[in-house]
Amino acid sequence: MVIVMTGVATIVFFITRIIPADPVGAILGGNAPIELVDKMRAELGLDKPIHEQFIDYVVGIFHGDFGHSLVTKKPILEDIFTFLPATMELAIVAMFFAIIIGIISGAFSAVKRNSIVDHATRVFSIMGVALPVFWLGLILLFFLYFKADLFPGGGRHSLFIFPEKITGLVLLDAIICRDWDTFKDALHHIILPAFVLGYAHAALISRIKRASMLDVLQQDYIRTARAKGLGKRVVIFRHALRNSLIPVVTVIGVSFGDLLGGAVLTETIFSWPGLGRYLVNALLVLDYPAITGGTLFIAFVYSLANLLVDISYAVLDPRMQN
Amino acid sequence: MNKASNQRKDTTAVTENNKGMDRFRLLINQSKPVLEDLKHTLYLWRRTHLAMVGTVMIIFFILIALLAPVIAPYDPIAQNLDQRLMPPSMDHFFGTDQYGRDIFSRVLHGSRIEIGIILIVSVISLSIGVFVGIISGFFGGLVDEILMRITDMFMAFPRLVLAMAFVAALGPTLTNVIVAIALTDWTVYARLARAESAKVKSLPYIEAIRAVGAGRIRIMVLHILPMSISPVIVKLTLRMGTIILTAAGLGFLGLGAQPPIPEWGAIVADGRDYFIDQWWISTFPGIAIAIIVLGFNFLGDGIRDIMDPKIRR
Repeated sequence: MVIVMTGVATIVFFITRIIPADPVGAILGGNAPIELVDKMRAELGLDKPIHEQFIDYVVGIFHGDFGHSLVTKKPILEDIFTFLPATMELAIVAMFFAIIIGIISGAFSAVKRNSIVDHATRVFSIMGVALPVFWLGLILLFFLYFKADLFPGGGRHSLFIFPEKITGLVLLDAIICRDWDTFKDALHHIILPAFVLGYAHAALISRIKRASMLDVLQQDYIRTARAKGLGKRVVIFRHALRNSLIPVVTVIGVSFGDLLGGAVLTETIFSWPGLGRYLVNALLVLDYPAITGGTLFIAFVYSLANLLVDISYAVLDPRMQN
Repeated sequence: MNKASNQRKDTTAVTENNKGMDRFRLLINQSKPVLEDLKHTLYLWRRTHLAMVGTVMIIFFILIALLAPVIAPYDPIAQNLDQRLMPPSMDHFFGTDQYGRDIFSRVLHGSRIEIGIILIVSVISLSIGVFVGIISGFFGGLVDEILMRITDMFMAFPRLVLAMAFVAALGPTLTNVIVAIALTDWTVYARLARAESAKVKSLPYIEAIRAVGAGRIRIMVLHILPMSISPVIVKLTLRMGTIILTAAGLGFLGLGAQPPIPEWGAIVADGRDYFIDQWWISTFPGIAIAIIVLGFNFLGDGIRDIMDPKIRR
């Protein structure tokens, strides 16, 4: 993991050095006097040869210093920690939706194979993988915000609400402060973006769950359980549901990275003040320290999530430990 | 005299004809197993509804892409400010955008761009992936370790994020979008090709070829590559939909094809500001994306079902 992350830092560093933008020009404007430009270059360390810049950069990372944003002028890490909670909250709620919807619909669809419910679920999951996230977001905004006015149009909470900041997760903070109005408001705001972000994953999970459930339902021990005289419901809930969960966990793990990627698009549509939008904005104005830091941080979170998934396999299925 | 020569000519013609027929028969006999195999595949293809539906959808899109300049009623780029933001009508099936461009024509022409992206990305990422994978699997040891760690580094990013970073570094143009997606997508094929070639490498026939004196490159190209390519191809068809979604996502963020190129994601972004009153600008290209992704997914699932006898029922 350490080797890979160092490599990742190298990739990101060189990507941002190819960017054909002049950061000094971006800060000072095109007509700055030459002495000022030189001074600024020295300040940013841009006058050194590239390998020294690289060493400075890597040393900086190990000290938690990602440099300063050219736009907000704040340290990148501070910016990241301002924007990260919003993305985490969105991703967690989206994953929650995806898991609940996916498992219930997949299991139901397998139990009632070839019924109307089954067909509806399969159409739902086929669409989920094919619909572009950004387009689905626009369409839902159009119908549920502009037309029906059921949901707010974007942001994490209404303008006139000022949630307490403890963890940065608005929902969690509201629970801690027992501020139920804020909680309701924030929940209202998060439902639509989280659904849009989670839909594709719900579809995927539903599909995998259906397949593995069908497989499990054909196993001998299910027949044995039924033959013992156990009720159908008990067999499904106790025996089939749990045993068909392992492939689902795999998908959930793999999904997490895509969720971070999808968050970039979802946050753009729903004006969600998260890391994805921060990165997109940085890319559009070529704020290169922010691009480096943001990309690196997302890669870090992503790798960490994958590591956790690998560990959770070992916990769930002891056979995989070897 | 004349007659005789004529007759002789006839007989030679007949024998030559016979020779030709013989050669033809031989060819048929030789290719019989191949033909049988092909027939069987075609039979399975027809029986796998998913693959059929997917094939039809993809062929439909390829036809549209090929015929776009003929079918499209308007120039996809020419602006016509008298006709701004017209709703769908018989003149403009999908309406017009803020510059009076016909959305129907833009979507049709967009299919050429999307199909171009898919083809080029597939070729590049497949070549890099298979090259890295086979070398890694064949040599093993340190080479394998180094190449796989490099692959891991590329896999440590969510794909869209890495593609965004590449595009930002190279500059947002269509070519760079293709390069960026290919650079993020090759890892999948590298891993698969590595697993396959590591498996194939230890089979007895490779040992036999080596004993005959074949060089490493010859073994890799002629004997390992053909044996390990099929799961990679299946994976490729399954991933084509994702390639389109990534390209469209980049286009939507303004990091992809730049205006006035009629890339579907970019058209959706064009219509975003007008969406409340002029829904048609964004809606139709979005539907087009969904349909083409659906087509590739069906095709990929179908091919996987055909190739995998365990799932085949």
